[in-house]
Amino acid sequence: MKLHEYQSKQIFARYGIPIPTGRVASTTAEVRQIAVELGKRVVVKSQVLVGGRGKAGGVKVANSPDEAEQAASKILGMNIKGLTVRKVLVDEAADIQHEIYLGVVINRAARRVTMMASAAGGMEIEEVARVSPEKIIKVLIDPFIGLRDYQTRQIAFTLGLKGDQIRDFGVIANGLYKAFLDCDASLAEINPLVITGEGKLLAVDGKIVTDDNASFRHQDLAAVRDVDEETSSEAEARRFGLSYIQLDGQIGCMVNGAGLAMTTMDIVKLFGGSPANFLDIGGGASADKVAAALRIILADPNVKAVLFNIFGGITRCDEVAKGIVQALGQVPTLVPMVVRLVGTNEEEGRAILAGAKMQTASTLVEAAQKAVAAAKGEEYVAPPPSPPVVYKPRKHRVAKPAAKKTVAKKTAKKATKPVKKAAKKPAKKTTRK
Amino acid sequence: MSILVDKNTRLIVQGITGREGEFHTRQMLEYGTKVVGGVRPGRGGEWAVDGKVPVFDTVKEAVETTGANAWICYVPAGAAPDAILEAADTGVPFLVCITEGIPVLDMIRVRAYLDQKGVRLLGPNCPGIITPGQCKVGIIPGHITMPGNIGIVSRSGTLTYEVVYALTMRGMGQSTCVGIGGDPINGTSFIDVLEMFEDDPLTDQVVMIGEIGGNDEEKAAEFISTQMSKPVVSFVAGRTAPPGKRMGHAGAIIEGGAGTAEGKIKALEDVGVRVAKHPEEIPQLVAEAAR
Repeated sequence: MKLHEYQSKQIFARYGIPIPTGRVASTTAEVRQIAVELGKRVVVKSQVLVGGRGKAGGVKVANSPDEAEQAASKILGMNIKGLTVRKVLVDEAADIQHEIYLGVVINRAARRVTMMASAAGGMEIEEVARVSPEKIIKVLIDPFIGLRDYQTRQIAFTLGLKGDQIRDFGVIANGLYKAFLDCDASLAEINPLVITGEGKLLAVDGKIVTDDNASFRHQDLAAVRDVDEETSSEAEARRFGLSYIQLDGQIGCMVNGAGLAMTTMDIVKLFGGSPANFLDIGGGASADKVAAALRIILADPNVKAVLFNIFGGITRCDEVAKGIVQALGQVPTLVPMVVRLVGTNEEEGRAILAGAKMQTASTLVEAAQKAVAAAKGEEYVAPPPSPPVVYKPRKHRVAKPAAKKTVAKKTAKKATKPVKKAAKKPAKKTTRK
Repeated sequence: MSILVDKNTRLIVQGITGREGEFHTRQMLEYGTKVVGGVRPGRGGEWAVDGKVPVFDTVKEAVETTGANAWICYVPAGAAPDAILEAADTGVPFLVCITEGIPVLDMIRVRAYLDQKGVRLLGPNCPGIITPGQCKVGIIPGHITMPGNIGIVSRSGTLTYEVVYALTMRGMGQSTCVGIGGDPINGTSFIDVLEMFEDDPLTDQVVMIGEIGGNDEEKAAEFISTQMSKPVVSFVAGRTAPPGKRMGHAGAIIEGGAGTAEGKIKALEDVGVRVAKHPEEIPQLVAEAAR
C-alpha cells in the first residue's frame, strides 16, 4: 500500500526526522489560510500516489498567500497520470543548498533490508542506478543486529557530510530504518533529503510503501488507505478475496492461480487478443466468489468476451461449473463466454455447462483462440491438429565438468536427504491410469 | 529416487487438526506419504485423521518420538514464521510451508535464521513437492503426475499443474516436481533445485517455470550456462503484466524496470534454454531436448 507524502512525513516526524512545517489542505481557502499562518515562502505540493508530480506541474513555490491560493486553484483537480489531485500539502519552502537521496528498501537479491544513499538526490533513484550506479551507496542491514552507528557514519562520510551533520544524519537514518520496520514497509524514502543554507538536514519529501501481506497487523494504516490506491473494481475484488488488476483490453479473464492467470493474459495476447484484466479467484470457486468475479469483469465496458480458465486440482471442475451457472443466474449477460475446465471431474463439469450458452475448450490454446474470435465477433476456426509429440526419454550421460565453479551456497548441503546411489534404472515410460 | 522427498520421507504435519491440515493430510496419506505425526499445541496425545496420526504439542516432541525428517505446516500467515522457527530448532532438515501472505520482513528474519541452522525451507506460498509414485508433501494433486525422468521446478501453483498434466498426458513422467513458491523472499531458489536435479541420477532434463519479478530466472540462466549439463526447457509467465503491479504473488512485480518477462526470457535463451511461448508448447520442446 502506498502512503501519501504528507502521511509518510508525519510518520517520519514521529521517528525524529526533521520535516518542514506544513499541513495538508483540500480547498484553495485552506491553502491560503495555511500560507498566512506560515507567513513565509511556501510550496504547494499535489498529493497523489504517483511519481513525477513536479514535472507534471503539480508542485509550485508561492511567495505570498495570494500566490499560494492561485497555485492551489491550478493544482487541485489537476489530472496527473490518470489520478485527480484531491489534496495538496502546503509546506514552508526550504532553502535548498544540496539534495541527497536516502532510502530503505527490501533488497530481494540479497534477502536483506538495505539502506541506499546518494549525493545525487532529487532524481529518481532508478535513473541514478541506470546512469551512474557508482554514485549509490548501499548498506546491507543484518536482520538480527540492525543498523549500526558505524554504518550510518560510513554513509555520512561518503555523502560528504561534515561536523554536526554526521550526528544528525545518524538520527535520520536510524529513524528511517525504525519507521520502515514498524510500518512493515517495502520502501521508505526521503528524496530529497536536503542540506539547507544553514547546513541543517531536512526531509523535504517522503514516501512509504507498506507490505500488503502485513496489513493484518496494521489496522490503523488500513484505515487511511486512499481510494486512489486502486480502482473501485480492484477495491471490491480485494473485499471478496480476489486478486484483480484492471487493464485496457477486451477479453475478461477469470482464472484460478496467479501464474496461470498471467499465462492466460499472455496467451490471449499471443493469439491476437487483448486481456482486459488479471483476475485470480484462488482455490475453491464458490458460486458467490465466481459471481463477484464475473460482476467485476463485466463492469468493465471494454469487455467483449470472457474467458474462464480453471485447472481443477483439489478444486473440482463440477463445483466450479455449478458456480459459473449460478453466477450467470445472478449476473445475466450477453457477452460471449468461453470456458476451459480441466482437471478433477472435468467431464461432469463440462456436462453442467453444456446447457448454458457458452463455448467450451479443452486446451489453453483453443480457449484463447475462441475468446479472441468471440471478442472480434468472428467465427472460431479450428487450426489443423498439430502432430503428436514423440518422446523418447534419453538417459543423460554427458560427463560433468571436472572442476566445478563454486556457487555461493545458501544452506548447507547436509540439509538435503543423503542421496542413495540407486542403480541406474532403464529409462522406461510408465503409463499411469 | 529424485530429490528431497521419496518413500523414506517421514513427515510431521503442523496444523494437522485444522480444516486445511486435516484435508491435505488425508490426501497425502492416500498418496502414500508416510505421515508419522502431527502438531497442534494443546492437543498433544490425540490421534488425528481417523486415528492414523499421533498429535503432539510441540515439534520437538513429535520429531523425537517419530524420527521424522520432514515437516510441513498448514497454519495462517500470522502464525507461520513462528512455526517455521520452531521446526528449524528441532533440526528437521527439510521444511515445507504452503502459506501465502507471510510478511516479507518476517521471511527475511526466518530465512536468515534457517541459513544459520543449515535447514532447508521450501516456500512459502508454494504448493509443495511431489516425487510421483513415492511421496507428496503439500497440495500438488497426485493424479496429474506420473513417475519419470523430467524434473520440474516452478514458482507457480496451478500453472505448474497445467504443465505437469500436459506432460503426463503424453507419457512424459516426472522425477520430482518442486514448487518454490511466489514470494519474493523464500527458502529455496531455482538454482538450489537445478543443482539438485543436475546431481540426481533419475533426472535427465528439467522444466523450469518462472514469472515476472526478482532475478531468480536470470541467476538460474547463469547457473545453467556454467554448471548444468542436463537440458532445461522453460516458460516465463507475465509477458503482458503491467509494471509496478503485484500480479497475485507477492513476488510477481516488475520494479524499476527490473524483473520483466522479456528480460528473463532473453537471459534464458542466451544460454541455450528452450523457452516456450505458452505452456502447451513445453512437451514438444522437452521431446526435442531429449534428442
